[in-house]
Amino acid sequence: MKISYKKKELLNLYKQMVLIRRTEESFVEPILNGRIKCPVHLYSGEEAVAVGFSAYLKKEDVFFGNHRSHGHYIVKGGNLEAMVAEIYCKEDGCAGGRGGSMHIIDKSVGMLGAAPIVAGTISLTLGAALGFKYEKKKNVAVAFFGDGGTGEGVLFESINFAALRKLPIIFSCENNYYSTHLPIRETRPNYPVYKIGRAFGIKSFQVDGNDILKTTAVCEKAISTCRKGEGPVFIEFKTYRLRGHVGPSDNIQGTQTDIRPIQEIEKWKKKDPIKRLERYMLKNRICEQKELLNISKKVESQVFAAHQKAQISNFPKGEEVEYYVFR
Amino acid sequence: MSLDKPRELEYSLAINEALHQMMNENRSILLMGQGVKSPWYVGNTCNGLVEKFGEKRVIDTPVSENAMTGMAIGASIAGYPSIVVHPRMDFMLYAFDPIINQAANWFYMSGGKVSVPVVFWGIINRGGEQAAQHSQALHGLFAHIPGLKVVMPSTPYDAKGLMISAVLDPNPVVFIDERLLYSNKGVVPTELYSVPIGKAAVRKKGKDITIISVSYSAFLVEKVTPKLIENGIDAEVIDLRSIKPLDTNTILKSVKKTGRVIIIDVGWKSFGISAEISARIAESGINLKSPIKRLALPDTPAPASRTLEAAYYLNEKKIYESICKIFKKGSS
Ligand SMILES: Cc1ncc(C[n+]2csc(CCOP(=O)(O)OP(=O)(O)O)c2C)c(N)n1
Ligand SMILES: [Mg+2]
Repeated sequence: MKISYKKKELLNLYKQMVLIRRTEESFVEPILNGRIKCPVHLYSGEEAVAVGFSAYLKKEDVFFGNHRSHGHYIVKGGNLEAMVAEIYCKEDGCAGGRGGSMHIIDKSVGMLGAAPIVAGTISLTLGAALGFKYEKKKNVAVAFFGDGGTGEGVLFESINFAALRKLPIIFSCENNYYSTHLPIRETRPNYPVYKIGRAFGIKSFQVDGNDILKTTAVCEKAISTCRKGEGPVFIEFKTYRLRGHVGPSDNIQGTQTDIRPIQEIEKWKKKDPIKRLERYMLKNRICEQKELLNISKKVESQVFAAHQKAQISNFPKGEEVEYYVFR
Repeated sequence: MSLDKPRELEYSLAINEALHQMMNENRSILLMGQGVKSPWYVGNTCNGLVEKFGEKRVIDTPVSENAMTGMAIGASIAGYPSIVVHPRMDFMLYAFDPIINQAANWFYMSGGKVSVPVVFWGIINRGGEQAAQHSQALHGLFAHIPGLKVVMPSTPYDAKGLMISAVLDPNPVVFIDERLLYSNKGVVPTELYSVPIGKAAVRKKGKDITIISVSYSAFLVEKVTPKLIENGIDAEVIDLRSIKPLDTNTILKSVKKTGRVIIIDVGWKSFGISAEISARIAESGINLKSPIKRLALPDTPAPASRTLEAAYYLNEKKIYESICKIFKKGSS
């Protein structure tokens, strides 16, 4: 926590994390009552990863995500109402109800794509970075994938090419220690994920993904490296999803989905990135509790409004099912 | 269980029983893929396998479809006939090279010396607003490839029997099951038996029209036939069970008798199995009383929204109405 941030900056980071958390948790009820049906992978607990990019991001930079990309979209400047409506699979959604939660795509804000085929968008990100390099633009393309995604060969092919051509791409691995039902010890040898990048001679970092000050700092480093033409960069964010793999289930051992020891979840709850920033700001007297509450309240009503709007939005018309196959 | 009441089993548990019995028969057989030690992805099809046969033979893999599928092929060549499961067919696309370039061609390329007794098990898992990458039925794609056999059971009996045949077959077999059928129950013998690959089943005899169905569409058709009878249509119902080799004889024999045919596929319409079957009927020169009718998915990626899904997927009503229309009968 060496870098010092101004109060305004810190509150902005806080606000974005709270916005993501409130948005994610707001889906629980409509999922349980069936108003939301598509598979929804919640980002709760991992907010400091996406928000870590926010301070130094430009509108022209681009993101590609995966199945767990609501947070990425929000940080990229996405329209909350359009995203919520998409998750309800409504006409007003950012993909017109064609994609649902796993395809949060909105080119207008540089969210070039999100798709649930594991690691499937990493090579696409490479293409966007290639374009930046070709045009000598100082922009950055960020590929988000999980620890599970490191199992796919396309990651290694992509890093190799990016390193070969010094492309401005950030390989952003959200290591939450699980790939669906498998803990990381069953999917990877016990060897740090970030060293994958080292094998290709690129700058590679490992960071506490639940500490917003640290993620912001490492993202600054990665982004400026890429802007200077010295990319690519690999970052491993160590984090944890507070919810289970999909939907509101927490995947607690002993319950139906039976995966995660409750002690482990409790341990990570103590590292909740939002609470950590709260504690930091209060302890250092950067702001008062009241200010934080105000932010939460504002966010809360913004999220509520997005749901109200989505719920009265129409479903796409059945007879339009064959639209958008070709332009 | 009493002698006069045959044992019933769910479709998914029938697959499970086939795996148990085959792995028990032949200790060289390996099973690998995502979720084989958990109900997470594969329902209860893999219940008890890791407990019984151990983690050396039942391998829950990282998310690495290309390498894991190649590994299954290599193991099969090396003497360990393998089953590799892809909990959604969509994920198999990462493994096109090992499946199509390698396994499908291997026997031919080796001048008939090295065959590949591998099973590529892909699950169709759709509906629920899962959208384009989590819904696809790709049997037509695989059936296009020389050197691959493709089977698609619709009943618990066939699910067990075809899995056993697929494992026993010395060639690569793509075994495609359907999540929507998993809880369906039916009579399944407890002993080891096989259902021949390449042989369709005539589910119901009839004289007015031949209905050709497969996988989930066979299940839907079974529900529609009583209503057709009420409406004066006596249909002959074929369940393909195998896509490749396709049981052309059974199809042509039936169509010759009825003079009418509707093909109901669970995949896309263009260039799919309904096109292939239509071509074979046309080539046979059989005189038809009405043009061939095809019912399949529109040439559109799977949508998310429930309203679009309703328009996209087949259901009993769509099937019933299409058939009534052939006879110019009302369907209200
Ligand atoms: C090619 C492919 N294989 C398998 C899956 C099924 N699947 C969905 S998410 C997932 C695990 C992802 O784990 P990770 O990459 O760590 O992301 P996380 O869910 O932890 O954020 C798997 C295996 C898939 N979607 N695509
Ligand atoms: Mg993970």
